Amino acid sequence: MAVFIDKDTKVIVQGITGETALFHTKQMLDYGTKIVAGVTPGKGGLEIEGVPVFNTVVEAVAATGATTSVIYVPAPFAADAILEAVDAELELTICITEHIPVLDMVKVKRYMEGKKTRLVGPNCPGVITADECKIGIMPGYIHTKGHVGVVSRSGTLTYEAVHQLTQAGIGQTTAVGIGGDPVNGTNFIDVLEAFNNDTETYAVVMIGEIGGTAEEEAAEWIKANMTKPVVGFIGGQTAPPGKRMGHAGAIISGGKGTAAEKIKAMNAAGIEVAETPSVIGETLIKVIKEKGLYEKCKTH
Amino acid sequence: MNIHEYQGKEILRKYGVAVPNGKVAFSPDEAVKVAKELGSNVTVVKAQIHAGGRGKAGGVKIAKNLDEVRAYAKELLGKILVTHQTGPEGKEVKRLYIEEGSDIQKEYYLSLVLDRATSRVTMMGSEEGGMDIEEVAASNPEKIFKEVVDPVVGLTGFQARRMAFNMNIPANLVGKAVKLMLGLYQAFIDKDASIVEINPLVITGQGEVLALDAKFNFDANALYRHKDIVELRDFDEEDPKEIEASKYDLSYISLDGNIGCMVNGAGLAMATMDTISYYGGSPANFLDVGGGATAEKVTEAFKIILSDPHVKGIFVNIFGGIMKCNIIAEGVVTAAKEIGLAVPLVVRLEGTNVELGKEILNASGLNIVAADSMADGAQKIVGLVG
Repeated sequence: MAVFIDKDTKVIVQGITGETALFHTKQMLDYGTKIVAGVTPGKGGLEIEGVPVFNTVVEAVAATGATTSVIYVPAPFAADAILEAVDAELELTICITEHIPVLDMVKVKRYMEGKKTRLVGPNCPGVITADECKIGIMPGYIHTKGHVGVVSRSGTLTYEAVHQLTQAGIGQTTAVGIGGDPVNGTNFIDVLEAFNNDTETYAVVMIGEIGGTAEEEAAEWIKANMTKPVVGFIGGQTAPPGKRMGHAGAIISGGKGTAAEKIKAMNAAGIEVAETPSVIGETLIKVIKEKGLYEKCKTH
Repeated sequence: MNIHEYQGKEILRKYGVAVPNGKVAFSPDEAVKVAKELGSNVTVVKAQIHAGGRGKAGGVKIAKNLDEVRAYAKELLGKILVTHQTGPEGKEVKRLYIEEGSDIQKEYYLSLVLDRATSRVTMMGSEEGGMDIEEVAASNPEKIFKEVVDPVVGLTGFQARRMAFNMNIPANLVGKAVKLMLGLYQAFIDKDASIVEINPLVITGQGEVLALDAKFNFDANALYRHKDIVELRDFDEEDPKEIEASKYDLSYISLDGNIGCMVNGAGLAMATMDTISYYGGSPANFLDVGGGATAEKVTEAFKIILSDPHVKGIFVNIFGGIMKCNIIAEGVVTAAKEIGLAVPLVVRLEGTNVELGKEILNASGLNIVAADSMADGAQKIVGLVG
């Protein structure tokens, strides 16, 4: 077990003929991910790395039975690619693309209301279930199968945390990069809930950063619902306040969103927060030892 | 991206938002010429800088005649204006906005902003307009009204009316206020703004509803489809290193310290700064080279870091995912050879193509200190810079 994806997940690569997509399609295939189709409008009929290419997502789904897609489409067209995935009633679409205009995402998010598709991202590294399925751009070799779930707003900080866990002999179930954009699909709470329900996950690492109030909301949820230990880290503790114009940004956030506020909210929910990014792994180990979970989480 | 008040008001006029007559001026002569054309009894001379708090800082002057217009224009042009939003270094005034005076009866606050919590555009308004709106929001949040906009239908008439009534705009002026709000929303959407703020919105003795100020911030990710907005960019308002970085799609912010940082990913870049600070160092910049960087972009990033005379050492911290370590290594080596490397360089590479990257660095013959982890690298560079 794991969350969102496993060894049987059939994946479509949207925008498969782009340079980045080609590189990562190969990496994903090497990892063992079941890439069953690619989509690039106008390139239907081609075959890339042994993967058939289709003109539309609906065609690709009909031909292969895929349930999941990953999007590498350039930013001006990426919102449309998400809509196409939702329209094709995929269970999951993971959007790697960065720099999507935020008002495009506002529309996408509205369109998705009441639809069955889960969106992860955009502007995220993807989702990986160790040794089973890698969807996205994360380096596969740092992950080891085990019992710790990882959820993060930052791509490269996710790698940092996973790397530390693996080096310390602690394997992972699934690592989910939810992306750092102001408007995104899956949020911390969605992933925490999935980890809470996953029998293989014994503890969770949650990595946030300054801005927005997603960490504060997640902390509240953890306090009320989470049955497994969570450790955290907040990036940007020493970032100076940005130069700004006007007051609207400050008013809408209601004084929340600073690293100090987030750490306070997390501590209040019983979440141990690592002081520096280099001790995320150590902090988790300390906590699982206290909870008597260390032996169960130690994988190698 | 930010623009000046006078540019924001030009946009608003096109959307039927009522603003006082006025024009930009770059010299005292021009200021007087504009004031003459306006022909109003009272003329307002407003410093144009990309920051709020101009009024409190003495950047807005009321002139009763053309001589006063000239005197104020002379005083303000070239002046360093320090407001609570400019930082202590302030900003030099290079442009003025000359505007007809308005017979202000009451000041209100109105803005549109993207709310991350709802993933929607939200309109905020208050009867308590003016300079202390953030204090109002903190102490009397019930005095700030919000309307969350559904993107399917946009800002609706009833929402605008409800806002106007909540703001206690006199009933006979609600129609005008609604027209202004709908125009403001359309401008926000059409131009991919992330913030539009009117503070103050005023009603006048003549029964007008006017936007007396206009602050626009635009979504950088959407500028590719707004050539007209890109043309409004004022390079005098930006850090030259940040301008150079933006040419190469690098996300760079100048800071006060002496350790240059080059990192991939905003989260890791912030975490790297945190770690340097934790070990007693001080970062000179935030630099996220992004995911799709080429060796050329990395070279330019390196040059920008080295162009800062305060930089006494550089820490490159890369955890490659979409970014390949060999690309970073090639860029670093090219830049270091091209401009010479007079300061210590610590490099930590991990992730996609890490072995290739390390080979390139080793073969370069450059004096590079390798680090095993972010903490190791941060400690090493802090030690080397001293």
